[in-house]
Amino acid sequence: MRIIVPIKQVPETNAVRMDEETGTMIREGVEAIINPLDLYAIEIAIRLREEHGGEIVVVSMGPPKAIKALREAIAMGCDSAVLISDRAFAGADTWATSYVLAGAVKRIGGYDLIICGERATDGDTGQVGPGIASFLDLPVASYIGKVDSVVEKSCRVHRLVETGYEVLDVELPAVLTVVKEIADPRLPTLRGKQKAKKMEIPTWTSGDLEVEPDKLGLNGSPTRVVKIHKPTVARKCEKLIAGDDESIVVAVDRMVEFLKEKQLI
Amino acid sequence: MKQSDYKGVWILAEQSGGRVQRISYELLTRGRELAGKRNTDLTAMIFGHDINADDLQALIDCGADRVVAMEAPELEHFLVEPYSACMLKIIEEYRPEIIIAGATSTGRTLMPYVAIKANAGLTADCTVLDIEEETGNLLQTRPAIGGNILATIKTPSHRPQMATVRPRSTKPADKQSGRTGEIIRLEATSDLLASRVRLVDFEANEDSHSLQDADTVVAVGRGIKKGENIPLMQELADALDAALGASRDVIDRGWMSYPHQIGLSGKTVTPKFYLGAGVSGSIQHLAGMQTAETIVAINTDPDAQIFNVADFGIVGDLFEVVPILTQRIKQIRSSK
Repeated sequence: MRIIVPIKQVPETNAVRMDEETGTMIREGVEAIINPLDLYAIEIAIRLREEHGGEIVVVSMGPPKAIKALREAIAMGCDSAVLISDRAFAGADTWATSYVLAGAVKRIGGYDLIICGERATDGDTGQVGPGIASFLDLPVASYIGKVDSVVEKSCRVHRLVETGYEVLDVELPAVLTVVKEIADPRLPTLRGKQKAKKMEIPTWTSGDLEVEPDKLGLNGSPTRVVKIHKPTVARKCEKLIAGDDESIVVAVDRMVEFLKEKQLI
Repeated sequence: MKQSDYKGVWILAEQSGGRVQRISYELLTRGRELAGKRNTDLTAMIFGHDINADDLQALIDCGADRVVAMEAPELEHFLVEPYSACMLKIIEEYRPEIIIAGATSTGRTLMPYVAIKANAGLTADCTVLDIEEETGNLLQTRPAIGGNILATIKTPSHRPQMATVRPRSTKPADKQSGRTGEIIRLEATSDLLASRVRLVDFEANEDSHSLQDADTVVAVGRGIKKGENIPLMQELADALDAALGASRDVIDRGWMSYPHQIGLSGKTVTPKFYLGAGVSGSIQHLAGMQTAETIVAINTDPDAQIFNVADFGIVGDLFEVVPILTQRIKQIRSSK
């Protein structure tokens, strides 16, 4: 069984600081990590390989420094990695990103499953997983919380929706996007880290993929960011201290009054 | 095909068991506003099987000028391949200028699948939609980087312009008397219905309230200290007729199950009323709830981040405050 896991390197959200004036992100000094939701994709891929054999290829589109994220994935237990990097990819929206990743997946070839994190914590769109599936004309099952079984050319999964879980049978090859409850990600082992350090990770540029130049990066992206701004917090918090018995009652009374004013109770 | 050949605002209405869902009416509110600004018609598309005829009429009554329903037994439940084939068919035949859908499990799967094949621009999980006066382009504003920024995005030269809209970020449209419109019911042809995904079973939530559909959400944070204390919060949630959610800490410690998680690696909620107790307000949690209409927090730490986004807060011990609050709310409810 061959599983491809596309991952993204993102800034650690905990450490995000914003430039108050411009409303843009201060990237200096912010650690770049594997998108936390991609760790669940890596983990379930490793578990499926442990059960069924095969190999896991992890792939990332990004700047050269994204190789660090790929090495971390190898250290966790993935078998090989490819970095997709080219200045021509800069400024890609989810359409153009899906296009290049689909091109990379095609070149890797021979896959049964493509497993993605449900979304990345920076862009937060969740569009690239279904996008890759659409370019490759594969079925996609999103929000997967459990892989029940993989038999022959089909897998049974639990898909988390608003009102419960759908149980789906999905023909392979297919794309799954997974949520946190699918599996608890393992930490890299020392042996894994040594392997990751030594591993040669190829970089593919646009020339290595069957892609059309006018569909790459900003030029190939249907969407444009017009404006970035900082959300204005219009809320003024009325804050009461509830320490002793008396002040607790006063605070609760005032809260109840507030909720009545707002017609919430 | 010229850009000007694409006309009209379209929404994707959703149905479950043949009944039109609330998100559809929220999208009508959005769509009506955009169609007004763009001086064009509003159409609702819907895919399903045996869709309730009164509900289709309700879409007209609530703001649609036209409804296009594509029906077949295979469309009873959302499946990405037949649903996208149907939407692509509509794009081909009607050439919508704008398509908006809910940022639901359906919308967030279907729309990207379609946008790729339609070579269209798509923006996820928008909270504000507008029309740019000079160009008539759709302006789509959405939170990104954990809600730290708002980005406004447009699609200048691809059509249709597609967006998903955060559920509950606008009010559902009301019925207006005297509205008329055309309802087109089409049988989806078999070439549109192939699917490599099959729904074999459905396991419904045990909770009476779906977190994302609830008007009121009570959230539990690490301040609850242990799983045995959850019933304290459940009682408050019941008194408020609220859905119970939790921060990541509570889920990771196994005190509540994952479908209850609110935040970046869980669900995004936009209730009318959010009450968080013992929730510190990590950036990840805030990303999942800060668009709630009214936010109330109870926390022992006066500097807790949650107070920065709250409208009302009590600095105090939830174990002291919550039982009294629950009691008071029960009294008010029973006296009504």
